[in-house]
Amino acid sequence: MSQQRKAVALISGGLDSLLAARVMLEQGIHVEGINFFTGFCVEGHTHAIRKQDKSKPKRNNALWSAEQLGIKLHIIDIVEEYKDVLINPKHGYGKNMNPCLDCKIFMVNKAKQWAEENDFDFIITGEVIGQRPMSQRKDTMPVVSRESGADDRLLRPLCAQNLPETLPEKEGWVKRDELFGFSGRNRKPQMALAKKYGFEDYAKPAGGCCFLTDESYSAKLVDLWDARGTREYEMDDIMLLKVGRHIRPAPHYKLIIGREDGENKFLQGYKNNFITFKTMDCPGPLTLLDGVATDKDLELAAQISARFSQGRDKDSVTIEARRTNGDTTTLVVKPMPASEINPEWYV
Amino acid sequence: MSHFELDARRMFCPMPVIRTQDKIKELNTGDTLEVVSTDPGALNDIPAWCRINGHKVIETRDADDEVFILIEVCDV
Ligand code: SF4
Repeated sequence: MSQQRKAVALISGGLDSLLAARVMLEQGIHVEGINFFTGFCVEGHTHAIRKQDKSKPKRNNALWSAEQLGIKLHIIDIVEEYKDVLINPKHGYGKNMNPCLDCKIFMVNKAKQWAEENDFDFIITGEVIGQRPMSQRKDTMPVVSRESGADDRLLRPLCAQNLPETLPEKEGWVKRDELFGFSGRNRKPQMALAKKYGFEDYAKPAGGCCFLTDESYSAKLVDLWDARGTREYEMDDIMLLKVGRHIRPAPHYKLIIGREDGENKFLQGYKNNFITFKTMDCPGPLTLLDGVATDKDLELAAQISARFSQGRDKDSVTIEARRTNGDTTTLVVKPMPASEINPEWYV
Repeated sequence: MSHFELDARRMFCPMPVIRTQDKIKELNTGDTLEVVSTDPGALNDIPAWCRINGHKVIETRDADDEVFILIEVCDV
């Protein structure tokens, strides 16, 4: 009997990677999944922070995919290494701050290393030609294979018939005529295949599974880099960009204003890192001040914060400003009328 | 057989899952690991990870905004 070949599958949690892995299982390949956590994944974080989402049962779609497939899943933390991909993408950014092509190359390269360390024969992805404008074009597919170093050990089962033969096909480990030739943005072939395999409740994220493709998130990231004069970032920075309203009344400071209880509670956890503001005489948001602030800035920040409290129509609201060392100042301020908040302050 | 604890507080999924996975790699069959997380999502994700990877969840509970997952490391 011939040796059972092993493939490592990049599992994003979306339908395409689920199908690609399923197609391989169908051909008798041993498949294990690998999922990379960049820090910008939509999975998890916001569900946990925003209170309103807690009523919906939350699931990690990569884990869900692996369970459907009956395969192991290895989740790899690449937060640190990913910084260089995001800060210096050789192939540039997509529509927003998404460095998709460099990101794909990086992930396939990591998967290749994993495959070598664990004695796996090849790598599979759910890529489909023409599905995405940057990383999944006919001309960029070979770039990913080449620059990741995976070369002909990278197989895309869903569009393999449109691409040159790869090693697993040449060696007869997989049958090329049982792979697919999907292309373009039409999702119908994938949906039909999902139906055939009995996958029903698969993830259909409206905005993709990565915050970097989100316009508003990308604007906040660029604003943060500009304000700091450096592109370096930490996990806390990228988490905070997912939470609250961001208002920058002056170049040297920004306010992050909680929009509901879950966010307020989350922001409260940063009270020893940032100046915080909370309303004392009416329900209101928890606000963080990121940057340096004069007394005048504190006053303005309190007025803006009061604007988003339930005391917004009162003559005055009492706000406690707390410094990171625990010292507090009580400010009695007139909530800033909505019309006075410069629209350009919104990040 | 030993008992271990993993503090995954103030982390958001999938970090508690990643930390659990990495810790279990260091343990032996029969060892138990209790993970504490402040992300309620861990109550779904860690058991899902255990089902997929063949480890046994002995108990889950939540109290005071923290969730606890007790795992027995199995031979996989
Ligand atoms: S959307 Fe682009 S940048 Fe984000 S994870 Fe996917 S390939 Fe990477």
